[in-house]
This record gives sequence, structure tokens and C-alpha cells, in this order.
Amino acid sequence: MASFKPTKVQFLPKLGEKVTEDTLYWKNYKSPVQIKEFGAVTKIDFSPLAPHNYAVTASTRIHVYGLHSQEPIRSFTRFRDTAYGGSFRGDGKLLVAGSEEGLIRLFDISGRVALRQFTGHSKAVHVTSFLSDGFRVVSGSDDLTFRVWDVPSAVELSSITEHTDYIRALAPSKLNPDLFVTGSYDHTVKVFDMRSGSSVMTMQHGHPVECVLLYPSEALLVSTGGRYVKIWDLLKGGQELVSLKNHHKTVTCACLSSVGNKLLTGSLDRHVKVYNSSYKVVHNFDCDASILSMAVAPDDEVVAVGMTNGVLSVRHRKHKKDKETLTSRRRRGPSYRVFVKGKNFVPRQDDFLVSKPVKQYLRKYDKQLKSFEVSKALDTALQTWTRTSKPEVTVAVIIELNRRGTLKNALAGRNEESLTKILNFLLKHIFDPRFSRPLLTVGDIVLDLYRQVLHQSPVVERQLQRLMEVLGREAELQQELLQVLGILDTLFASLTPRKEVLWEEHCPMSLNNHCVSVSSVSADVCRI
Amino acid sequence: MVETSDIRVVRCGGSKVNLTPPIISSDSRFVLCTSGDLVKVYSTRTEEWLHSLQGHTNQVTGITLNPANHLQVYSCSVDGTVKLWDFIDGILIKTFVIGCPLFAIYVSEKHTGVLFLHVSMATDSKNECFQLVSVHLPKSAEQEVEAKEMSAVSSHISKNPSCTAFGRGGEYIAFARHLQLNVYFFRKQKTYSFSLKATDKKGAKNAFTCIACHPTDDCIATGHEDGKIRLWRNFIHKKEYTYSTQHWHHNAVNTLCFTPEGTHLLSGGIESVLVQWQYGAGNRKEFLPRLGGSILHISASSDGQLFCTSHSDNKITVIESSFKVCGVIQGLVKGDAVLTDLMIDPRSKALVLNGKPGHLQFYSLLRDKHLYNLDIVQQEYIYEAGLDQFEVVKAAFDIKGSWLATVEERGKKSSDLEFFLKLWAFDERTQSFVLNTTITAAHTDRIISMCFSSSEETTMLVTAAEDSQFKAWCQGADADTQQDQNFWSCDFVGSYHKLNPTNCSFSADSSLLAVSFQEVITIWSPDTWEMLTTLCQPPGVIRDLCFGRLSCSKYLLGTTTKNLLCCWNLLTCELEWSTSVDVSKLQPDPFSENVAAFSYQSKHTDLFVFKPSEPRPLFTNKNVCSEKVHRAVFVPREEPLNSCDESTQWLNRSQLYFLTQNMDLLTFSTATEEDRMLSSSKQLVIDDSVAVTPFYLLLGKHRQQQQKLNTQSHPVSDKPQQTQGSVTIKELLHTPAHVLPAASVLCSMFVNSFLISNTGVQQDPLREEMDSEKEEEDSEEEMEACDSQQELRAQGSVDEVTPKLSKAQERELKRVRKTDFSWMAGLIDSKP
Repeated sequence: MASFKPTKVQFLPKLGEKVTEDTLYWKNYKSPVQIKEFGAVTKIDFSPLAPHNYAVTASTRIHVYGLHSQEPIRSFTRFRDTAYGGSFRGDGKLLVAGSEEGLIRLFDISGRVALRQFTGHSKAVHVTSFLSDGFRVVSGSDDLTFRVWDVPSAVELSSITEHTDYIRALAPSKLNPDLFVTGSYDHTVKVFDMRSGSSVMTMQHGHPVECVLLYPSEALLVSTGGRYVKIWDLLKGGQELVSLKNHHKTVTCACLSSVGNKLLTGSLDRHVKVYNSSYKVVHNFDCDASILSMAVAPDDEVVAVGMTNGVLSVRHRKHKKDKETLTSRRRRGPSYRVFVKGKNFVPRQDDFLVSKPVKQYLRKYDKQLKSFEVSKALDTALQTWTRTSKPEVTVAVIIELNRRGTLKNALAGRNEESLTKILNFLLKHIFDPRFSRPLLTVGDIVLDLYRQVLHQSPVVERQLQRLMEVLGREAELQQELLQVLGILDTLFASLTPRKEVLWEEHCPMSLNNHCVSVSSVSADVCRI
Repeated sequence: MVETSDIRVVRCGGSKVNLTPPIISSDSRFVLCTSGDLVKVYSTRTEEWLHSLQGHTNQVTGITLNPANHLQVYSCSVDGTVKLWDFIDGILIKTFVIGCPLFAIYVSEKHTGVLFLHVSMATDSKNECFQLVSVHLPKSAEQEVEAKEMSAVSSHISKNPSCTAFGRGGEYIAFARHLQLNVYFFRKQKTYSFSLKATDKKGAKNAFTCIACHPTDDCIATGHEDGKIRLWRNFIHKKEYTYSTQHWHHNAVNTLCFTPEGTHLLSGGIESVLVQWQYGAGNRKEFLPRLGGSILHISASSDGQLFCTSHSDNKITVIESSFKVCGVIQGLVKGDAVLTDLMIDPRSKALVLNGKPGHLQFYSLLRDKHLYNLDIVQQEYIYEAGLDQFEVVKAAFDIKGSWLATVEERGKKSSDLEFFLKLWAFDERTQSFVLNTTITAAHTDRIISMCFSSSEETTMLVTAAEDSQFKAWCQGADADTQQDQNFWSCDFVGSYHKLNPTNCSFSADSSLLAVSFQEVITIWSPDTWEMLTTLCQPPGVIRDLCFGRLSCSKYLLGTTTKNLLCCWNLLTCELEWSTSVDVSKLQPDPFSENVAAFSYQSKHTDLFVFKPSEPRPLFTNKNVCSEKVHRAVFVPREEPLNSCDESTQWLNRSQLYFLTQNMDLLTFSTATEEDRMLSSSKQLVIDDSVAVTPFYLLLGKHRQQQQKLNTQSHPVSDKPQQTQGSVTIKELLHTPAHVLPAASVLCSMFVNSFLISNTGVQQDPLREEMDSEKEEEDSEEEMEACDSQQELRAQGSVDEVTPKLSKAQERELKRVRKTDFSWMAGLIDSKP
């Protein structure tokens, strides 16, 4: 005797999404923690030392947050105007920041009051940084100069004016204390050597440069500006290696992950993109506002993103340990002992063995299908949890009912409430190519069954109206896609006449079918 | 034309076992069922086919146990005879010639020597009128007797044999036809009839479908077309009859059966659920669901311990009284039509075709045994008439048998067609196929044809569908994920002027792929996916397509719907030859150059076997069968024949099986092969029927040891004697006990045969004779006593045993017989 075969749930992969190791790695972050700052977050810098606190520059303050704290553990508020570019020294003990009025302040991380003030810039200082020896500070300003300051004596060591527009990007070399890279709105990126006192290399970015970044090896340089991200090979004398155009608005910031040196870029288009080592986008974070600044903690523990609306969004990495504790807390079943009770009993030689039949565990809807309770099975499949988190299960039950020829019976005789449930499900998923076929049948049957009584319920009528809109929009979209495909077909046909066979993909056909069925149902809706 | 007599068409295995109710022997050890013109005996415990009762010349239509002797069975057949068999040994005891086709047989304990038979009325054969007659069996010692003493009981008999049943102890017989139930009382010689209305209130169909009588109570249970079961009581008084109705089945009740004690009623129908109703307890019932196909017959053993159900999927299920399935006897499942091709599993060499709904069956042709079912659809089958369910329509094996591709389809009638392409990998550990990939929308329309590439290294599948495309599927790694994935994905999509493809085929070395688009054949290179050339021979759409093998690999054969068989030369891309013949199936032999073509002309099918390179066919067989042949397959032989005869040479390495439209599986066999088959089958039967008793184990071990010894020392010289010895033992063991002489007679002989013969000591022959004479005198009286036994021995098989003994043994035996009888007789006499 064969046992009952449960309903097969088909797991169809979502189109266009491929699961790679990179996506798995970058997906492994918790949902972001949002911290509200007083103004646009212009700079985030992680301390290189162990607790890896990070300084967030926003409006007239610099807040220092601990890795897991949501409240600032320290804040520097002695700015009269907007502060810019707060960055740590290599030992994480000092912090330097520029400001709108042109002053540069140096703070001890444990104190409140500025230790030094460097005055000299006539306009706002947007970027400041320590050189790698830790005794000098370099700053770039809107007055087209950048200056190097001595920390102990607080005097200006040199001032160089080579850029012809605002300086908005700066990256000191970590290997050589005399080297640093600047980027400016005059579309150039320059490498300076303090020993010569002038630029040693100039690269044309082609757009106002928003950010420059050196790879740890310092052979590669990243510059962002406009919609472009460009990688330069410094060892080849500043030759352009790659030019990336993945954002559709200005790329404002870039940083490197510490595991595998993956490049991350953030842009005003509200996306953070992660590239792999061959500069293909492997992952994408979405944010709710334009991104101004971004930083990744050592070991990729935290990704912090600052936005124009003053929100700092912090993503923490998920750890296996967290998951385990979570699941163990959730599961509250009978203990292990219950399951193994009597399992390891060895019968004696002259014992007569009566085997107990193995019980087949079935899902609730399967149990109901087994006893031919079709309406109940559909109700079970339409329960809120299943409907929302596992729509494929609901669809599988619908397909199974259709196969049994009892879908009509299951859909019939429903009240307003349960009909609303079905219609809601249709509204949500009818244009999903994975589910559209069975759901269109459901729509047809529902219309056939309730044609006479639909007008009695305003709720259902409203939903049908919406369904019609959705279907109409979908049909239009399909039409447009077909047109695009037609254009592409002609293009490819003219390009590669020999491979014409190759390009008769199945997509147009299936789209066509889909389109026709969509429009037929929408016509049905219209009639009503 | 060579019309040879030594190749003939034979029906091979797989006939229906579900035509009549199976019967269980009274000791519950055997199940008997009809199978074509045989009665097959199966063991209930091992499900093994033991032997068959062979003798009828036409379909056997009924079997029943002889109520007088529970070791005997009556069988009736359309050839107009009733035969009485000893079913344990498979011996035909008697044949009664009735003279007209018989359709069912009933017996009753009360009416010894009388058989009740269904015969068709001779007057109007068109109207299918059946009559129930009783036949008195003449008492005669002859083997073949004509039974002429017939008397009609009733002519209101349904065609369905399950609509007739004997009532309590054979006092009455109940039979139903359409809406009328008749009860004939033997004592009163009267028929009472009760009828139902044509339609009930709810438009239910009231026609009778089956009948069963309670063994001890006056109660008749009837099954109806609408699924109701009625229990009739009090029908002895014609006016005051009552009935109660019970309803569970949603479709017609196919069969009813009371358990021998009458405590339960079993019923079955299309739902394939065995329902057990408690008799007299109203609605209390038990179920045994999902038994397989719809239940056609139920029978119970005489002790009520076992039930047997036979199913529409050619299966008999043995069920214990505790409602546990303990055995399944599965025949070759033949549905309404075989949708897949006949295929050979390259690993097990089993015939593969679709069997149960949604399954592929693997059937061993050599052993005529169902091996296993592979569940392709993996969905719950709903037993409901007229429901459109998934069916396996296409299947293909790759050349090594490690991959299986299947297409399942649903929605032939309705507009929305659903189908899946599935790929199955052979799992070495479980020795079965495991689902690897399911492709949901392989094409946008029905898949027409499917084939695997024939190269050993890379496996590739090509599917051609009605959406005017063909696709190549490959198993390979995905570049993006860098994972070594094992599943299949589309490699190439090809089409030709938006024409619908009709067939596809790979060449033997899989360097070429031929896809036919309506009237045009396109040749592709699977390596580069370039279209190499097109071949065309109008008019007519290409139907079949195959490449030549081995020395004929440069030829491509095609058949068209306009009765044309064409052969192209692929080197010159020209038509080599063509001939006008309506080929319904073209089948190349994978092991030789030969191609078999079945053609259907003027209501019979002809077979031609030819080489593409030669104009003259190797073998022609006119009138193979009267139906069209659409499925055929070459099955490789286990050991090749080495016949040199030109006409039988093509059967040397493989055997051709084909399936007619009436779902008969036929094959060609040669004379030499038949001889071998006959001998081997005999050997087999003997081996199988031996029950494993301690005695057998002892002897078997002894024999095996002997064999081992023999093979070690001098296998050739000892072999004949050894086999002879084993034959004697076998004969001794297999002769039924009741025809053997008493054990006391045999004992000494048997014991002596184990003694080492003392050949070294030569006795004086003269003295021996004198001795024997003396003994003869002594034992004269005793000999008389033994006379009766001697007579028996003359008939029995001991007679056959003795000549086979070696001379030395014989002499020994003689001596033993002479010497030992005196004291043996004393013993025997003293005992009673």
C-alpha cells in the first residue's frame, strides 16, 4: 500500500538573482540600526585601535560611538560652525577636524577641549587628516590650498596651491609619511610628495572628485566623482585601470572592506555597491536617503553609512552564535529524551517483534487534501503566515486543487472576508511570473463564481477595481517589453546575421502568452 | 522472398492476470489466477511464480476449486472445455468437452458432479445473450470426456461473471441483470425476481454490478452502479422481501465478497480502497486505501486468513485478515495505450514503458517478471473517472543508463497544457533513479520528440517541441556561481524557418544531429551548433528518422506520411534510394546494421528487416499480426546465438519485441532458441517449487558439496553420473506422495544408495544366483503381500527411477531387495 504523497511545493528561483559567495557574505548583516544626527553626516572614521570606536561628523558636532552603542560615548561640540572631516590618528588617540569657518581643531580623544587650533585657511576646510608619522596634519580647503601643519608647535609647515577648485578629497599614504593624494573639483587627482613640495603625479578624473582612496598596497588609487569610479595604477605612472559606471548619481564616497579588500561605493542615488576583485558589482545595499559618507569597520564587523537627512545607518554583522541562541530560545518542544525513548531497545532472541508502522507527518493542508476537504485546505494555505512568507506553498496548494479538478469547489461559497483574502493574494502575486499562470485561473474562476453577487460588497468591488488596474498596468508593461525585445531582435539580427537562430529565445513567446492571458483576464474584469 | 518456418511470432509474457477473481488454495499457500490461456500458480508467501497449468487453447475465463477435492481445480475456457487439474503438481487430470465457448464457472458443495457455466446463446451471437447452464459431469475413467448432459437454469444472466453467486450452502443461486435480481431455489425449482426502479429520486443509477451471498445466513449483498450496497433479506417469501442500503463508494461497486465465516463483507471499486463492512453492525467499516489500480475482484481464502484483490493495473494483492498487505503479484501493466516508446534499460536490460499512471515500469523479459515501478509524477493519484491527470508521455535513456529523461503531461483535452521535463540520475548506492532536475517550462508547447546523444563522454539531451524549436540540454557548471553543479540547463535553441519539428535523432557516434522539420531534415553539428545541410524529399511530413549503425553509418533513413521510405547518403548528401511502403515503425538494431520496418497494408502488418546499404531485405515476414504496430524494440540477448542461416542471422545478437494496438507484446523466436527455452524452463520450475525444508537443506548441501568436489577433482568425467544421481533424487522428491510406494519400501533402497558400493569384492555369480533362488523360495509369501505395492510401483515414477541408476547400483539394489525383504516384512506384519 502506497502512502499519501504530499503536495509538491516548487521552489522557483527568482529571475536575475544568482546566489554567490559574495552575496551570501554581504547579505549576512542584520537590519540597520538608525541613529539620528543633527545634520547631514559628512564623514565617518573608524579608530584603528581595538574597540574600533568611530567618529561621526555631522553638523556642528563630532560624535564618537562605540561599535555596539547607539548613544555617543563622547561628543565634541565646540564648533561654532559646521564641522568637517573628523579623522583619527594612527594610534586612535587624537582626532582632527576642519570646519566651515576655516579653523582646524585637534582633540584628545579623552578630553573635551581642543588641544590645538590651526588657523590659516581663509575658507571652509572640508578634509583633514594625519600623515602617517602622526606628527603632521594635512588639510584641504575651499581656498584652493592645502596646508601641512606641525602638531607639537601648531605651526604651518607648508602651503601649496596647485588645484584650481575646491579640494574635497584627501588620502594620506600609510607607508610613506611624506606622500598624500588629493582630489579636487577641478577634475584632477594629484599625488604630492612633501619632500619635493609639489605634486609628482596628476590624473584627470574628468568630473569633480568627491573622494580618493588608496589601496593598502598603495599601488592602486580609487577616485570617485560624477557617476564614475576610476581605478588608477600608481606604479604605472597613474594609468587608468578601470572606469566603473554603476551608479546613476554622483558617487560621494568609497571605502575598502578589510576582508579581501573589496571596494564599496556609496552614492547620492541611495545605493551602496560592493564590487568583487574584478570590479563587478556583487551586492547592493539600499538606503532611504542620498549617501554622503560611509565606513567599514576592521573585519567588516560594521558598515556605517551617513546620509543627507542626518541619519546614520549602522549594519552589524550576523554571527552564528547569535543565530543559535535565537533558535534555541524559540524551540520549546519535548526534550530529546522523549524522542529516543525505547529507540535503543534490543529485543531478546525469542521475543516476538511487532513493528509499529512509521507515522507519516503531513502538513495541515496535506491532511485536509488527504481527506478531500478542499475548501479547508485552501483556507489553511491562505493563512496569513503562509500567504505572506511562503506564497509558493499557497500556490502549490492551488495547483494541486486545480489538478484534482476541485479548485472551483474550493473557491465557491466564501464570504466577504475569505474572498478578500484571496483577492489580496491575487493582487500581490498575480504579476509574479512564477505564480501568474495558476493565479490567473483563480481569478477567472472567482469572477465566474461571484459575478452575480460582487456588487453587494463595496470592499470586494474596490479590490477588483485595483486588480483591474494592476493587470492593466502589467499588460502595458508587457507590451512595452515586447516592443523593446523587437527592437533588440532587429539590432542583433543586423549585427550578427549568422547567429540569428540563437536569438530567437523563448522569452518573447512566453511573454506573449503571458501578455495575452493577462489581457484576457483584465478584459474580464472590465466587463464586470 | 524467404518465408522460413523456423522463425515464428510468439506471444511473450505479460498477459492479464486480473481477468477473473484469483483463488487461494485451502492451505493458503498458493494463489491461482488466469493469464491468457494459462492458469498460473503463485506462492502467497514469496510472490514467486511457481508454475502454470498449460493445456487450454484459448483464453481461460474462469477457475474454481473442486469442492470435492481441495487439491484440484476446475478451469473453463473460451475453447469450450473444462479441465480438472491437480494444481500443486500441474497435472491435467481430466478434460470435459462442452462444445461451446464458456465464460464463467461456478460450483457448489451441495451439487457434486455438477458444474454451472456461463455460455453464450448460440442463436444470436450479436446480442451477447448469456445463459446459465448446469452440466452433469459423467463419471468415466477416460482422460477426455464429452459432457452432454446440460440443462439451462436461467437465461437472464448478465455478461459480468461477478453478477452470479451461490447462496447458503448452495440452496439457491442469485443472479442479476440490469435492474433485476433473480434468485433460483433448487429445492422449489423456482425463480423469484426482484427489480429496482430505473432511476431513484436523485437520479442515481441503480443497475446491479456485482453480487455476493452470505455463507450461513439468508442474505444477498448487491453492488450498484451508483456506489450503493444493498443487503437483501427475507427473499424466500417473494412478497415480503426487505433490503437495507449502505453507501460509501462514490462510483460503481466492482466487487463484493463475504468472508468465509460471514462476519465481514468486503467491497471494492474504482477508488482502489478495500472496504470491510462488519456484517450486521450497520455502518461500521474499515478501509485499506491506495492499493493501486481500481479493484476488480476480491476473493477470500477458505480459512479467512488471506484476502486477494485483483486490480485494473494487472496486479494481485495478497492481504492478511488484519488488513496488512503481505504480497503483490504484479504483471506487465498495460493501460489503454503505451505513450512512451518501448525502451531497454541499459543497466538491467529490462523493458521500460509506462505502467501505472504516472509511473515507469521496469519489466524483465527474460524472467517475465515485473521488477519495479519508478514514480515519475510524484503526486497523489486521484481515483476518479474522467479526471485529467499527469501521464508520462516520453522517456529516454542515455547510452550508459546513468541518465533518464522523462516528460510528463497533463491537459490533453483542455487548452492549458502542463508538462514537465525531468532528468533522473542513476544512484549506484540505492540502485535506482533519483530526480536530478525538473524543468518546468522547457518549451512553450508540447514536446514531440526527445533523444540523448549516443557518445559515452558527454551526455546531451535534445528535445523538439511544437513551438517550432528544438533545444539541447547539457549538464554543466554555471560560470557565475563557480560551483560544480550537477543539474541540467539549456545549451542551445535552434529552429528552422519557424517550422514545427517532427523528430530528432543522433548519429551513432553523436557527431551529427538530425532534426526533421515537417518535410525537411536538417543536419546539425552538436559541437559547434552549425547547421550543416538540409535534406528534403517531398511530398510528405517526416515521421520516423534514424541513422545507420556500424558499416552503414553514412546512411540516414526516414519515413514520411506519404508512404515513402527514404535513405540518404550523408557523404554525398543525396538520396540513395527510396521505396513506397507505409512504414508505421522504423526501429534500428543498436548492435548491428539491421533496421526493422513494420508496414501496415491491407489490414495486416508486415515486417521487413534490411540493411540500409543493401537493396534486398534480409528477412521478410508477411502478416505478422492484424493490427498496426507503433512500438518496437530490439532487446540484446544475454548470450548471442550463432545461427548461420541467413534468415535468422539478424536475431543472433538481439531480439525484436513489438507491441500491437491491442497491447499484445509479441516477439520473434527461432527454433533453436525455443528448444533451449523449453529445457531451461523445466529446470527452473523444479528448482522453484522446492520448499525449503530441513530435509531439502540437508540434501541440497550434500549436493553442493559434491558438486564442489567434482569441480575440483575431475569435473568432466564425473558430471554425467552426478547429474543422473541428482535427477533420481529430484524425481523421488517431486513425485507426489500419493503415487509413490510406501516409504517402507523405499527406505532401504534409499539408505543403501548412500552406502559406498563395494565394487572391489567380486562375488561368484553362480553362488549369487543360487543364493537368490533360495531366498526367492523363502520369501514367496512375503512377495504376495507386496504385490499390491508392486503394482503401484509399475504406474508410479519409481519405475522411471530405477533404469537411471548405474549398473553397480542396480545390482546392489537387487541384492538388497532380495536379502532385506524377509526381516522388513516381519517388521511390517508385526506392526498392525
